[in-house]
Amino acid sequence: MTTTLVIGIGNYDRGDDGAGLAVAERIRAAHLPGVGIMQLDGDQLGLLDAWADAADVYVIDAVCSGCPPGTVFHFDAARALPARFSYRGTHTFSLADVVELARELGSLPPRLTGYGIEGSKFEIGTALSPEITGAVEAVADRLLRELRQPSDLRGRGEPRDGG
Amino acid sequence: MTHGSRVKVPGLSRVEGEGGLEIITKNGEVTEARLDIYEPPRFFEAMLRGRQYTEPPDITARICGICPIAYQMSACAAIEDACGVTVSDQVKKLRRLIYCGEWIESHALHIYLLHAPDFLGYESGIHLARDHPDLVKRGLRLKKTGNQLMTVVGGRSVHPVNIKVGGFYRAPARGALRELVAELEWARQAAEDTVRWVSTFDFPDYGHEYEFVALRHPSDYPITEGRIVSSSGLDIAPESYDEHFTEFQVPHSTALHSVLDGDKTYLTGPMARYSLNHDRMPPDIAAVAREAGLANTCHSPFLSIVVRAIELLYACDEALKLIVGYEPPDPSAAQVEPKDATGYGCTEAPRGLLYHRYRIRADGTIEDAKIVPPTSQNQRAIEADLRDFAATRLHLSDHQLTHECEQAVRSYDPCISCATHFLDLRVRRQ
Repeated sequence: MTTTLVIGIGNYDRGDDGAGLAVAERIRAAHLPGVGIMQLDGDQLGLLDAWADAADVYVIDAVCSGCPPGTVFHFDAARALPARFSYRGTHTFSLADVVELARELGSLPPRLTGYGIEGSKFEIGTALSPEITGAVEAVADRLLRELRQPSDLRGRGEPRDGG
Repeated sequence: MTHGSRVKVPGLSRVEGEGGLEIITKNGEVTEARLDIYEPPRFFEAMLRGRQYTEPPDITARICGICPIAYQMSACAAIEDACGVTVSDQVKKLRRLIYCGEWIESHALHIYLLHAPDFLGYESGIHLARDHPDLVKRGLRLKKTGNQLMTVVGGRSVHPVNIKVGGFYRAPARGALRELVAELEWARQAAEDTVRWVSTFDFPDYGHEYEFVALRHPSDYPITEGRIVSSSGLDIAPESYDEHFTEFQVPHSTALHSVLDGDKTYLTGPMARYSLNHDRMPPDIAAVAREAGLANTCHSPFLSIVVRAIELLYACDEALKLIVGYEPPDPSAAQVEPKDATGYGCTEAPRGLLYHRYRIRADGTIEDAKIVPPTSQNQRAIEADLRDFAATRLHLSDHQLTHECEQAVRSYDPCISCATHFLDLRVRRQ
């Protein structure tokens, strides 16, 4: 089991909710060998199946926690997720819900890293707002640097406090 | 002394989207119950104007990540109606098959992860999973079976891409469907076990007569087509919907409310479907329903979990029958040429009646669109029930009252995304 998987979550039709999808697109465009890309737009429970066969998983999603737009959050699912990932949203289950459900069911991947990007506008029919495009680029760059390392070296020196 | 209080439930958990519930009391009586829904004004209807008649199935599927097939099917039905096209029986059956997939995934999700935790005393499906992982795994596997069916027929499970006006871009191969049989046979048994499991829950003592509205088909349990019928004798074709159902604005919500024939509050969804169509269930499933203690008419929203389980069983059973008798439609879609006309389409989304109406010009441009989702139609009934339900429970603590009201709202499985697209839910008492 050596698969690396990058999963962008969100909805391009709802403004900054597309942040995670935009990061995944950037990673896809880099054509990294051995790295699968997936985009999920709705049913986050689909994550449970999506990462079933992957060893090293990165999930990127938009966050609505009240922090300044463009704030980037990070978590390592080896620990319980911070509350800000239980953001309210248009999906039945938040990313935090699905991670904790997977933890209870013993179906978390061996390594699961998450990035959240604080959005500011989630109205239907709007595009990514300018305040967060920088954050999308920054997260994509950080991920690309990490994904270019051998998998056993990834994640070292990353913040572990969830923020 | 006048004593007033206000219970506000901001952010109902486990309701799709976000929403607000507010109950206002005065002198120990409930004076108002409001389900606050914030709806960007009919965004999708406006977006469809000026687009081509072939586009609504793809565009409206994006209204909801949980029931995209319902939107696609009602859109196709309305546009084909406008263009005077009747699709082949094979296309009809394939549509029914993919719709079964959506019922399976939606009902399994609601039963296991959203509704059952209420009855078993758990805060959420996650907490249920901690103590009963095998139960939750069964629910997730059922849900996955529905998703797989949608993927094989629709190309993918979220916002399927294989559906078009007139039918399908490509008919799935017999072999691809046959590969689903073993899992669906497991699902059928699991659904039957689900009926037995949920029927043992302790249901709050609450219920009353409803004005139910659902489709009715000459021979089948209604999913993709039928006439619109009601408990009080309404029996109309979808094209007469606007003559009987009126939508109107209320001050506390930007989602439209809907009434039948002037002022009647009505309910759509599994309770309505089952109560108006129980005689369309195959005998073996009707026997399971009877064994579970389900009467022919369901008067309690809390019992809707049993009805959903019966419909889950039906959808698994029906999907198996459709796969066994599957003949790939050839051609996979009827040719549909635009006409200067208005078309009407109604199908049974997992949560109830979903109505689409399109006015199309001869060049295929959409001049006007109307979409009425089930949650929007049910809002008034939900509020009326909350008013009655809360009135007998005002002695409870804020926490308990909030919990029980949330449970009551969840009984209806409101898909706030469909009705409102974005809902925020909180509870507060003053």
